[in-house]
Amino acid sequence: MVTGAAVELTASELRDLAGSVPDPELPVLTLAELGVVREVRVLGPGRAEVELTPTYTGCPALETMASDIRLVLGGRGWDARVTTVLTPAWSTDWISAEGRRKLQEFGIAPPGPVRSGGAVFVELTVRCPHCGSPDTRLLSRFSSTACKALRSCNGCGEPFDHFKEL
Amino acid sequence: MTRAFKNAATALGDDALVLAQRLGEWSGNAPTLEEDVALTNIGLDLLGQARFLLSLAGDEDELAYLREEREFRNVQLVEQPNGDFAHTIARQLYFSCYQELLYRELASGDSQTAGLAAKAVKEVAYHRDHAVQWTLRLGDGTADSHERMRRAVDALWRFTGELFAPVEGLDVDLPALRGEWLATVSQVLERATLTLPTGPDRTAWAAGAGRQGVHTESFGRMLAEMQHLHRSHPGATW
Ligand SMILES: [Zn+2]
Repeated sequence: MVTGAAVELTASELRDLAGSVPDPELPVLTLAELGVVREVRVLGPGRAEVELTPTYTGCPALETMASDIRLVLGGRGWDARVTTVLTPAWSTDWISAEGRRKLQEFGIAPPGPVRSGGAVFVELTVRCPHCGSPDTRLLSRFSSTACKALRSCNGCGEPFDHFKEL
Repeated sequence: MTRAFKNAATALGDDALVLAQRLGEWSGNAPTLEEDVALTNIGLDLLGQARFLLSLAGDEDELAYLREEREFRNVQLVEQPNGDFAHTIARQLYFSCYQELLYRELASGDSQTAGLAAKAVKEVAYHRDHAVQWTLRLGDGTADSHERMRRAVDALWRFTGELFAPVEGLDVDLPALRGEWLATVSQVLERATLTLPTGPDRTAWAAGAGRQGVHTESFGRMLAEMQHLHRSHPGATW
């Protein structure tokens, strides 16, 4: 949706705009904080290409992200083409420090660092985002979305989501 | 895109699509809410893989919704009915262990599927882990859960040989992966107080199996359910 003439913007300003869009599934995070906005290129006057990388291959939020980005850039008169790139594969290590802080504040335990060799199954300590207790246990490896696991705190008794390392 | 490459993308895409459809059948029916969510999340990962792979072979919707049974190239293992929860877990254990090895190989290659494989192998590691944890719990659980798990690993064993049959156009030496797969599965079964099945690992049917478009009885019914909406209302969206 392009409204009126394009406001003059650099690729980096366009990137900031695209990155300011909230994640549809975790609106507490922006797409920039989630680390899914890969590359933004100016194709011509008022035309840009935004590369997104999915968190999970089957992430159903990807289409909403793309249309939200087109809407935000369209509001500045830019016609954005949003493409999906898989390589290099997104990792939870790309979630920014600010993103991690917001997750914690929102009641979701942020992911720990990903060790080389891929997904981590060794039970590293996951701290309860409510009371900070390290005494928590896994209830289910999958939660409301593919990227989270469900845990419970032995300290305060509250269940919570943990953003899984990927 | 060569015909052989499309054949390989279709085979792998169909494996993911058909298993995603089977897992989706648990939606609203799984033994616990957590498992409902887990199985459908695993299905969603597989659906993402299927969409990517089938798009390499042609139009994803046409391939998923408009092909006849004989045109599907998935292995027979993934089309097997969910059965009881133990059957679903045994199917997932066999398949995830295979898919993890396959994607690891693809990720280290330079074909068009390398990027997807590098991404999906991390997701599949979670699927495998989920199946392993449940195999241990059920196998080393009550007498009833042990017996159900034993029946399931035995019943599905005859579909495992097909996983390692060469696929035309696929740049991976599948037969060479069987040893590592067998070692992993044996070790899991042993920890689960189960034994590796000893029967034949493939059916003796001369016409081949899923990769040749030969499918088992229940596949037609699954396909009818998967395709009926699109066939009755072409191009339907919501
Ligand atoms: Zn707590």
